[in-house]
Amino acid sequence: MDRPGSGIEAIAVGASAGGVEALLRLFGQLRKSFRLPVLVVLHLPNERYSQLAQVLGHRLAIPVEEARDKQDIQAGTLYVAAPGYHLSVEADRSLSLSLEEPVHHSRPSINVLFESAADVYGSNLLAIVLTGANDDGAKGLARVKELGGITVVQDPAEAQVSTMPEAALALHEPDHILNLQGIGQLLAGLE
Amino acid sequence: MERDTDIELRLLIEAIYLKYSYDFRDYSGASIKRRVHHALSQFECRTISALQERVLHDPGMFMQLLQLLTIPVSEMFRDPSHFLAIRQEVVPLLKTYPSLKIWIAGCSTGEEVYSMAILLREEGLLDRTLIYATDINPRSLEKAKQGIFALENVRAYTQNYQQAGGRRSFADYYTAAYDYAKFDKTLRENVTFADHSLATDSVFSETQLISCRNVLIYFNKKLQDRAFGLFHESLCHRGFLVLGSKETLDFSTFGKQFEPLVKQERIYRKL
Repeated sequence: MDRPGSGIEAIAVGASAGGVEALLRLFGQLRKSFRLPVLVVLHLPNERYSQLAQVLGHRLAIPVEEARDKQDIQAGTLYVAAPGYHLSVEADRSLSLSLEEPVHHSRPSINVLFESAADVYGSNLLAIVLTGANDDGAKGLARVKELGGITVVQDPAEAQVSTMPEAALALHEPDHILNLQGIGQLLAGLE
Repeated sequence: MERDTDIELRLLIEAIYLKYSYDFRDYSGASIKRRVHHALSQFECRTISALQERVLHDPGMFMQLLQLLTIPVSEMFRDPSHFLAIRQEVVPLLKTYPSLKIWIAGCSTGEEVYSMAILLREEGLLDRTLIYATDINPRSLEKAKQGIFALENVRAYTQNYQQAGGRRSFADYYTAAYDYAKFDKTLRENVTFADHSLATDSVFSETQLISCRNVLIYFNKKLQDRAFGLFHESLCHRGFLVLGSKETLDFSTFGKQFEPLVKQERIYRKL
């Protein structure tokens, strides 16, 4: 019997207000040798060009890219959703973008990423809800759990804005409630 | 093992193709799945199979579903810097042609068509241009022909127009009545609106410029390649292909048959 989490193929992350700092602190703990792909939706003002990929790329050891439509998901790369477009995972493990209507005023939407990733990766997905000022991600995280994936919520006591972690906790009981350091250790232990 | 809902989804898509010849089989799976699930709640169907039964036996029901499967999200002069780049980098080259044919593929409700027509008029090109505006959704095409848009959106369009290098007052192009803006019908004098599917139809004309924006993101790689193939076949030597701001030829086998003219703005030229 494999130890829990040993089959994880991908990590999906959602964050909103306070998210840049949380992402830097969380993924700053990962070493360059980290092999799992990381898919990130961070709510941003709807600007066409975002500097997020550059900001994270400069400060993290793992490579960071803005997700591009029909791009194959590569191991060990962190993909951030492009502003103004939903980000989904396709069955052939490529990424796709979409201009479907915003979900709860958000595009990209964390729920859209989580639900599509859960569909493809099933029990081999680990999804994380971080700091934020709305309830995006809660439904998606519950769906990840329903399909057998591992769910993680940032400890609301630590989150810069606790609304999003609390909304996720209100909908289902995750596998882990951890601070950023704890989540970082969890991820490092997946290798 | 496939989940039941995945089996049902494939059967629905197949039924639509067999019965109505609309081919969604090579659309991006994640998006089409969301659209169909949205339709389930809209039409109060418990399962995709139940939706399939209604769609198969009721063409009116299919037409309603088609409105949900296609994504009519558009605005005029969307991504103003794209239109500015067309004005500055492409128009000077278009002016060297005695007559022009432009294809707006997947024109939806017409916002891209009117934007292009306004730009061409201001550059003195509209009179010698024929625009083909195509889409698979007859209701969208009908709306595009009307040229009537909600007034509440026109403020944003005006701002886009100005940032896109517009030379006049945007209000010169429409008359406002009640909550609507009715666009100058002379803008569409040289526009042919037509039903055309990038998934099933073939090339119908040689063109100098093709605009296909935020359509290809809903296709899988195979269908994207089919569309790029049509565009390549339709474009004249050194013709222009312009895409949506997050669409790219990078992952296509046709990538080597086009060169970027303004890469950031997704403006390509056929080699």
